[in-house]
Amino acid sequence: MVGKDVKLPGTYLKGDEMYKLPGLVEHRPEAKYEFASGQAQGRFLQGLKEGKILGVKCPRCGRVYVPPRMYCEYCMAPTTEWVELSGEGEVHTAVVSYISTFRARLEKPEIIAVIRLYAPGYTGKPDEYEFPGIFHKLCNVEPDDVVSGRIIGARVRPRWRPPEERRGSVTDIECFEPVVEG
Amino acid sequence: MKPNIFVKDRVAVVGAGITLFRRRLLETPRELAWEAASMALESAGLTLRDIDCIVIGSAPDAFDGVHMKGEYLADGSGGVFKPTVRVYVGGGTGVFVPIAAWWHVASGHCDTVLAVAEEKMSPAHPHPQGVFAYIWDPILERPLGPNLIWIFALEMRRYMHKCGVKKETIAKVSVKNKRNALDHPAAQAAARITVEDVLKSEVLVWPVQRLDISPVSDGAAALVLARENVARRVTDSPVWVEGVGFTLDNTHWYNRELAYPRYVNYAARMAYKMAGIERPWKEIDVAEPYDPFDYKELHHIEGLMLARPCEAPKLLEEGWFDRSGELPTSPSGGLLGVGNPIAAAGLMKVAELFWQLRYEAGARQVKKPVHLGVAQAWGDLMQAGTVIVLGN
Repeated sequence: MVGKDVKLPGTYLKGDEMYKLPGLVEHRPEAKYEFASGQAQGRFLQGLKEGKILGVKCPRCGRVYVPPRMYCEYCMAPTTEWVELSGEGEVHTAVVSYISTFRARLEKPEIIAVIRLYAPGYTGKPDEYEFPGIFHKLCNVEPDDVVSGRIIGARVRPRWRPPEERRGSVTDIECFEPVVEG
Repeated sequence: MKPNIFVKDRVAVVGAGITLFRRRLLETPRELAWEAASMALESAGLTLRDIDCIVIGSAPDAFDGVHMKGEYLADGSGGVFKPTVRVYVGGGTGVFVPIAAWWHVASGHCDTVLAVAEEKMSPAHPHPQGVFAYIWDPILERPLGPNLIWIFALEMRRYMHKCGVKKETIAKVSVKNKRNALDHPAAQAAARITVEDVLKSEVLVWPVQRLDISPVSDGAAALVLARENVARRVTDSPVWVEGVGFTLDNTHWYNRELAYPRYVNYAARMAYKMAGIERPWKEIDVAEPYDPFDYKELHHIEGLMLARPCEAPKLLEEGWFDRSGELPTSPSGGLLGVGNPIAAAGLMKVAELFWQLRYEAGARQVKKPVHLGVAQAWGDLMQAGTVIVLGN
């Protein structure tokens, strides 16, 4: 019987009580990692440096992967065929971030989005479960466009950094911005 | 997937234990594990001598700050000189612990298993949020400086868009669960709040606000599982494990429709098939869907087929999921109300089903008679689904 009035084990420490305990240990791990980009991602990042968004196609089931994988997740077949995308796509979802990675308050909010990219085989059906896509920031978009939902489904394209600033990173794309028709 | 319904041994839950869930606890992780484990043994009327095997669950090592948490927690969990394993699928771990305990017994390998889940998030400074930075892909995602809440906000926004749901409706999950938690003795974030309070709380990543999220917690929970002949000997009211299911999707969360959790659905189908459940929305009496965020409860209710896609918000408005409703969800108070020591929170949900199905939940007991309950957890980058069905 674990009803409302059972007294459970555990000793709560309020506010800074922890810092008054004997033997408190503080430790900051020192670890630096350097990650190799990998076969498929390496080529993808090289493509970004050249101002191109690349994907791969599975020769067996025809799925197009962006970001590319070296293998098809469903067939376990090697994905040997590379395709270049226009870079344009539509906003699948978007949010307004007021905090940093470590939860500090941002002065200027950022707009973050998932973008469903136009790729070979794009059908435009809104209810497809899988799609080639990318996760990035949006510019020229106001928080209200997110709140009202206007931005969802909108056509966007990458804003590239100047070639001399590109390093072969997802940040070679500064952001995605709405395509202005006409 | 063809689940084997002719398992060797039927498995029952025969005891449960839990500690307080709090922002910061004095006890070390292994002390918390010991507290919950001994309470579970005591409630089963067993001692450590009666236990054959140990299953431990704990989420990222980086929270407790010990990079071999299974081994570290082993002694507090009763695992010294016994077959002991630790399982891990991010937030899905809590429900994965009794699933792993189930196969230990169902295989005939062990007669009894002590299943322990522990999490201590408070050591990570300045905020445990920083630890989540290391779950992102180092090459494709980390350069953008992501915050974990982004991904939930993106999913919540998509769900709101696709299903036409308002924040006012979603906030009602938080109101309901925090109110339910007033009756839970472990609760950290129980409160009587209003929809307005949620909508006025600090905006973190719109649409996610402070009161849409479960808190950071320390805590532990434990269960004792036993084979049928042992279970019938130690208790008059064993709670049977009727079905288990678990599925993983890939880590490329931005390559899929975020409005519907297919990985939860596949895990649920696996568990229902094993349990012989064909119409979960009619056959399940009580549910503990995973609710680290308020919209997640609705999202998971749909993944568990307890409502049609996009139908959960409407049923919520009608009071369908209240303790007195047709299908009470998170009668414990959930992660939003009781707290979220990750693995322990998932196991708390299974423990709640155990108490509900034995009519031992006191003020939390749901109004309707209960025969079958489902608990579920979700984890990692929108990819892990773990589901367990219990019956009395």
